Amino acid sequence: MSKRVVIDPITRIEGHLRIEVEVDENNVINKAWSSSTLWRGIEVILKGRTPMDVGLIVQRICGVCTYSHYRCGTEAVENALGIQIPLNAKYLRSLMQTSLYMHDHIVHFYHLHGLDWVDVVSALSADPAKAAQVALKYTDKPIAAGEGELRAVQERVKGFVETGKLGPFANAYWGNGTYKFTPEQNLIALSHYLKALEVQRVAAEMLAIFGGKQPHPQSLVVGGVTSVRDMLSPARLQEWKQKHAIVADFILRAYQADIVMAAEAFGGEASVLGGVNVKNFMATNDFVLANGEYLFDQGVIMKGDLAGVSDINPELIAEDVSHAWYSADAPQHPYDGTTIPNYTGFVERDTVYGKLPTLDGDGKYSWVKSPRYQGEPVEVGPLSCLLVSYARGNKVVVDAVNALLARTGLPVEALFTTLGRTAARMLQTVIVAQEGLKTFDALLTNIQSDETTYVKPHIDPSREYVGHAMIEAPRGMLSHWIRIKNGVIENYQAVVPTTWNAGPVDANGKIGPYEASLIGLKLEDPTKPLEVIRIIHSFDPCMACSVHVMDFKGQALSEFRVSPNGQ
Amino acid sequence: MDTHAALYEQGKARLDALRQFAPRQQQTLTEKLQQHGITRRDFMKWSAMVTGMLALPLPFSNLVAEAAELADRVPLIWLHMAECTGCSESLVRADTPNLDSLIFDHISLEYHETLMAAAGWQAEENLEHALETYKGRYLLAVEGAIPTANNGSFLTVGCKGHTGLEIIKHAAEGAAAIISVGTCASFGGVQAAYPNPTGAKGVHEVVSKPVINLGGCPPSEKNIVGTLMYFIMFGKLPALDMFNRPKWAYGARVHDNCERRGRFDAGEFVEEFGDHGAKEGYCLYKVGCKGPYTYNNCPTERFNHHTSWPVLAGHGCMGCSEPNFWDDMADFEKPLGRQLLHGLDATADTVGAVILSATVVGIGAHAVASIFAKPLEE
Repeated sequence: MSKRVVIDPITRIEGHLRIEVEVDENNVINKAWSSSTLWRGIEVILKGRTPMDVGLIVQRICGVCTYSHYRCGTEAVENALGIQIPLNAKYLRSLMQTSLYMHDHIVHFYHLHGLDWVDVVSALSADPAKAAQVALKYTDKPIAAGEGELRAVQERVKGFVETGKLGPFANAYWGNGTYKFTPEQNLIALSHYLKALEVQRVAAEMLAIFGGKQPHPQSLVVGGVTSVRDMLSPARLQEWKQKHAIVADFILRAYQADIVMAAEAFGGEASVLGGVNVKNFMATNDFVLANGEYLFDQGVIMKGDLAGVSDINPELIAEDVSHAWYSADAPQHPYDGTTIPNYTGFVERDTVYGKLPTLDGDGKYSWVKSPRYQGEPVEVGPLSCLLVSYARGNKVVVDAVNALLARTGLPVEALFTTLGRTAARMLQTVIVAQEGLKTFDALLTNIQSDETTYVKPHIDPSREYVGHAMIEAPRGMLSHWIRIKNGVIENYQAVVPTTWNAGPVDANGKIGPYEASLIGLKLEDPTKPLEVIRIIHSFDPCMACSVHVMDFKGQALSEFRVSPNGQ
Repeated sequence: MDTHAALYEQGKARLDALRQFAPRQQQTLTEKLQQHGITRRDFMKWSAMVTGMLALPLPFSNLVAEAAELADRVPLIWLHMAECTGCSESLVRADTPNLDSLIFDHISLEYHETLMAAAGWQAEENLEHALETYKGRYLLAVEGAIPTANNGSFLTVGCKGHTGLEIIKHAAEGAAAIISVGTCASFGGVQAAYPNPTGAKGVHEVVSKPVINLGGCPPSEKNIVGTLMYFIMFGKLPALDMFNRPKWAYGARVHDNCERRGRFDAGEFVEEFGDHGAKEGYCLYKVGCKGPYTYNNCPTERFNHHTSWPVLAGHGCMGCSEPNFWDDMADFEKPLGRQLLHGLDATADTVGAVILSATVVGIGAHAVASIFAKPLEE
């Protein structure tokens, strides 16, 4: 007798996500459905507007990876108009991206994902003195993990619990058997949860220095960057560097240490040792370094074969809407897709919580489409990014990955797990933070002889333009595609990381990374599906990003040829 | 209009009433502050700062301090609709080291999908429980627009598959006050831009209660926290402008307090990003600044702990706290010229017009105080 479990809202993510699973009599998941329950129609809104406004509008797709769409949209227009932006603008954009990663990944791990690993209630029975000793196991110089501090954190949270009023901690799955930290380890991580609230504020300020504000910075324009005064101010530059030091310190001494701790504690926990069941990975190259090279490589890995990494060919991308709330007859290439919303609603059925409206798995059930590469589902994100670079023999990445594996005693296979996905995000943050300083130094050198930050774009209304940009956003590969006609936007399209990961099943019955990651997972208690939430959170869902519209009518594919290096 | 003395008395009475409720947290705020190494003096300084921000006389800072200490008596329910989570992110950035975020912890946060530990069925239980238990007392904050087309089916939340529209109407019924956080909840925002495919609307258009609109994409953390403080202190809405935005935050044009205002008066303009003027900090009007048409406190409060704001970063204001700005102010890097906004009387143009010797700038400097409607409660 199989039972249906409904999880909506999936909290601690960006946006509105519904997950449903079916478990057998042993509480093992045999079917899963991922659904986004919000559609906003941003690309429809873009049509007919000036390309100069693209960046600011598409930025509003998401306030978490707030800079990614801004940059990607702006660069798509630049690509269409054939603009080469000045070197300073490239460096500044790269530094803003660095700032974003250092912010976004910290917030994700501690404030969005953290409570799947950390049992807050268990932390209350910890011995702070012992916990302070435990913290020394994972780093020589722990942050916010001295005995006094841990005691204060414990008392603060006790206040919550003793009143029976848990505020934001209320009614969660505390005590679930798949929480594996000892009370002392939980207390350390809880202390870091609170500390990270402070540190993320500093990380956000880093982006605001060159961006004007965070979220939604406002200093990129088609043709370059506007924050020339900040760039030329020594005090301002030092401000960035100083904040970078504070955040990088936390990344190394808390974030990294906590992941090592998690690898040790959860190394035998079955529910986090699966979760990578679509073994196809894709990433693009990003983060300009001083020499014009990229920090991360681009490529596709199929069937988990690290020896066979190939270049991305965008012409092999198609989107299927057979199970999404849109009308279309067959899988469409993004450039000639149509978008006609076709909402079919829910189906009433029995669930573990009684009768509920549920997803119609046989029909349509999500606002997210299903992108496929050569007809296959693909995972994107920090794990894919590191695997592609690792497979390419990228020295920085290979060294970092090998060092972590050595440190935790885990085999390479451990990367292909929920735990590995979470660890990859941390490693990516460490690498980005360290390499960002080199870019910063390159900027310092360059402004000695060059103060250019902008080239004026020109649009000829009698011409048609086509262009695209691909970047590696915090949640994975992101690409924007634009067609300009009569001086205004004719068509626009964003292919977003979470779309790759969260899409529903396709017409061939192939399921995407979210749904696949849950198959075979055993739940301790189907009415409290912590294991599901932990796995889904490891992808860092961003639903506002993933629901978008394709409206490229009658495009000749050849017009969108992309050179392998993504430029 | 309240005289300050009467307002002070009102505030005191309100706090006395709040004190009748049982505290919801073990620790008093004072104890929490001590734990975080924040002295009473720092705390009073912070209160004075908030008082100044709310445009109240200094004696009110005692009330602010007291209100902060009583904040845990006010349950806060925060709902996400058609949004991008930018406003929540802004709130999480609350500056003034530790303090605002402490206050935030200290407010009883009953429901907030981005931050709460519970998920799914249990999260929905939390919401239903809070709506029932604190009926008539909770503060409702909404982030995001309400999709109304197709019976609201473009957004559903929760296991029971309710539409955003149903949820908002239900939550509004028992709310003591409703705050629309950000331009989407206030006026529909980006998804309501032409052609508005989902029929997105601001909260005030779908509920039959007064709503405070905090325009901004996103609003600064200070405007969010300040608004919460005002409600806790006085138990009522602050004085609002014609778009129901708190006057203390949205009472002046960005242009009026801009750090580059002197450049405007002197006729020194950036002609192109990155030019000599851009390096010198000239006025950004000619590269599209919408400061003259936009009401907000960005120039004085800035963002991210006073780190910066768009004009400081060399980009003009885009008018993000104004209704319909995505359409009205579009082509953001071009000046608006003499276009009139919000149907303001054409005489507004002549009343405050500035004729510059060097450059004749066609700014409808709507220097007309009548833009402010009367405050709602008098």
